[in-house]
Amino acid sequence: MQQKLGSLFDALLPVIATLAALAVGAVMLLFLKVNPVEAYAALWDGAFGSSNAFAETLVKATPLLLVGIGICISFRGDVINIGGEGQMIIGAVLATWVGLNFTGLPGWLTITLSMMAGFLGGAIWGGIPGVLKAYFSVNEILSTVMMNAIAVQLMNFLLRGPMIDPAQAEMASQIPQTARLEEIFRLPRLAPTRLHLGALIAVIFAVLVYILLWRTTLGYRIRAVGQNPHASRYAGIKVQRYMVLALLLSGAFAGLAGATQVFGVNYRMITDGSSSGFTGSAGFNGIVAALFGGLHPILTIPASILFGALLVGANKMQRVVQVPSALITALNGLVVVFVVSSEIIRKRRQRRREAVAKRDDETPPPAVEAGNKKIQQAEVGS
Amino acid sequence: MTQTIPPTPDAPFAVEMRGIVKRFPGVLANDHVDFELRAGEIHALLGENGAGKSTLMNVLAGLYRQEAGIIKVKGKPVEFHSPRDAIKSGIGMIHQHFMLVPSQTVTENVLLGLDDPRFFMRLPEYDAKVAAVGERFGLKVDPRAKIWQLSVGEQQRVELLKMLYRGANVLIMDEPTAVLAPTEIEGLFDILRSMVAQGKSVIFISHKLQEVTAIADRVSVLRRGVATATSVPSRGATRQELARLMVGRDVVFALEKKPGNPGKIVLEVKDIHADNDKGLPALRGFSLNVRAGEIVGVAGVAGNGQSELSQVIASMRKCKQGQVILNSESLTNHNTLFGIQHGMAYVPEDRNHVGSAPNLSVTDNVIMKKYRQPPISHAGMLDMSAAEKLARELKQAYDIIVPNVSTPVRLLSGGNLQRVILAREISGLPNFMVAVQPTRGLDVGAIEGVHRLLMAQRESGAGVLLISEELEELLSLSDRVYVIYEGKSMGEVKVGGVEPDESLIETIGLMMTGTPLDQIQKEGVGANG
Repeated sequence: MQQKLGSLFDALLPVIATLAALAVGAVMLLFLKVNPVEAYAALWDGAFGSSNAFAETLVKATPLLLVGIGICISFRGDVINIGGEGQMIIGAVLATWVGLNFTGLPGWLTITLSMMAGFLGGAIWGGIPGVLKAYFSVNEILSTVMMNAIAVQLMNFLLRGPMIDPAQAEMASQIPQTARLEEIFRLPRLAPTRLHLGALIAVIFAVLVYILLWRTTLGYRIRAVGQNPHASRYAGIKVQRYMVLALLLSGAFAGLAGATQVFGVNYRMITDGSSSGFTGSAGFNGIVAALFGGLHPILTIPASILFGALLVGANKMQRVVQVPSALITALNGLVVVFVVSSEIIRKRRQRRREAVAKRDDETPPPAVEAGNKKIQQAEVGS
Repeated sequence: MTQTIPPTPDAPFAVEMRGIVKRFPGVLANDHVDFELRAGEIHALLGENGAGKSTLMNVLAGLYRQEAGIIKVKGKPVEFHSPRDAIKSGIGMIHQHFMLVPSQTVTENVLLGLDDPRFFMRLPEYDAKVAAVGERFGLKVDPRAKIWQLSVGEQQRVELLKMLYRGANVLIMDEPTAVLAPTEIEGLFDILRSMVAQGKSVIFISHKLQEVTAIADRVSVLRRGVATATSVPSRGATRQELARLMVGRDVVFALEKKPGNPGKIVLEVKDIHADNDKGLPALRGFSLNVRAGEIVGVAGVAGNGQSELSQVIASMRKCKQGQVILNSESLTNHNTLFGIQHGMAYVPEDRNHVGSAPNLSVTDNVIMKKYRQPPISHAGMLDMSAAEKLARELKQAYDIIVPNVSTPVRLLSGGNLQRVILAREISGLPNFMVAVQPTRGLDVGAIEGVHRLLMAQRESGAGVLLISEELEELLSLSDRVYVIYEGKSMGEVKVGGVEPDESLIETIGLMMTGTPLDQIQKEGVGANG
């Protein structure tokens, strides 16, 4: 019974942590002379209050999920990918280019090609730090962050020059943006809301990534390398190759996230000079969503929805109770801090349980005799 | 240098340890050990790796707490809760790995952790104090030098200086010569002699016989946590006697060893040279061969190139020169997969970090070398039910005690984990197996199980190379034993099925401490060969 309660507590820990973060947020709201109940009601209403609100939440969750499942792959392979932002940008740039130039093809084909281009762009942007890490021992945290900066400048350059909307090129405003995608090349909407096919794509890929990681030899190798590169090498796995692959695949899904943003939400790329201007920081928040989902692609789905809801609901809260937008950022930060900290509690509880289990394991002396007879029958004779 | 005056038998005890018991999970590291140190002597503590020497001394230095037994310092019972308490009683330990801050000066390191100076460093004043202590004991070190500028020998002197400055009367040195060049060893011995001449006592942990007879006044020997000799005058003792006390003579023949039937050579290692992780030569022209249906042992004190040897054979370490031939196919500097595909099994020394992936399940661990082919995978898709079926079969056949096969292996005890590894390796039907320290840290039952599995390999016609520091294990399992010392072979002795006589153990003991077999035979010290 006690054990059951214990595991229930573990399962609910992220939820408890989120509630605790909101409680601390409530104190901050009180200092701002705002009624927290009213504020959180607005937040809930903004995120889930209507079908439009919920659709909006899912739209925000989509890039988080795509980036997040990529993060599941790389973190399982013990490579830290902080380059989701850059990978999203490059994926989006490549996809947009395909969408604007392959206009002679049927819509579904151009969309498919564009999504593949996004996937490829992200893969390249993730693969480069992967190669640097595996073969030249360059720290991937540093290199992926640097690649973000390069991607932003590349985007700024392309959107001001080669890829600028021809209409803008002739105007004095010179807004750095591409042309709009033709209607047939956009990701179809799923309901009379802004919800688009990208959300479904993300969920399908989450399932596929789950299969990849736990049901294929490729995923097995990636996880083995992540858990123990020495043991993997010992077992004949080419460790470096799978390090590169983990980062490459991770980048690819971020690239796909970038592509779906363009094809499902904005229909064009536009830059304000920063990466978050395009990505909405999904390249970073996707990491949090994946961690929240325990680096499990399927569990990353609800985690992404939660963070999507926070993003959308916070907007509404800001409008209704008139709190500064900085508070919204703080609230998001609080949730992240609490959730990450709750992980420490979960690990400590797990260690304690394991210590007990191990102690019990030591006591019974193994019955080697019986087993060995079987072995001699079964295994001898090579 | 003046000879030390041997302390009279009635010199007062500086330290007495009585009935010390210290247990670690699965091992009894110290089993009612008595130890006594007289004032003004150099007392060697001799024993193989894992004999319990360091444990005993860590108890004395306040790092561990004994479960039973008492410690007396100058006749008074003491209780140490931390190294600080031990230092207060005048006991200081110098570890094999120095604990110095490289960017600081000698004086700064010596003062580290002391309450004096209280606030302002006033370094010049303390430089002089440190220099004075050094002067007294013949420790020549510049107090203003930064640690990173010093050689290993000088750094060791700083460690000594640290202890002397704190007023230590008893200095425990854990294998101090292991890190030193031969010329530096002489220098250290001079220092130790000058320290005891001034009333200090030294405990000298070692497994090198020459050094023990050269420096120590008396010797205590530990074997498997038990004191096999306490305070024997080293002057009277012969190296043979000490070697025997250290490695033991009561070889247990728990196993029935059928007469061997060695076939063709499965593994040949020819004149290999390789570096260790630090880039220093670890193997210097080592050769051996293993035939089908025999167990070949490699004996030696830890750190003489055994790990590197196994890694070169398994293609996990580059070999600079020489050849490794498996079934007349060269696998020198191939990748690990090549060896696996040619029938090599490898039970690595480090079962937690190389032999297994601790966070992965039993299933994931047993398929590590099999996931590439059916029935475990088909065209890149893993068949997890086949993998789990295999894992359950192996769990049954090898008596792996675990609630279910999806349990991560980090939760397994050492013996169970080793059975997982052996299950994986043996079920690959190897024709050759390297096993490094396969029973280290296991309890008696688990050891026996591992031994039986190795024997079963021999009887099934596979060649087994057993690298171990447990001489008893080597003698009871092997058909032949090579002795490795500083990366070179000291020779090869046949073990045979009969109980090995004492002279064989003596011979191996001498070879392990650096005397080549042909020299032993020439001098006629040991017999057999």
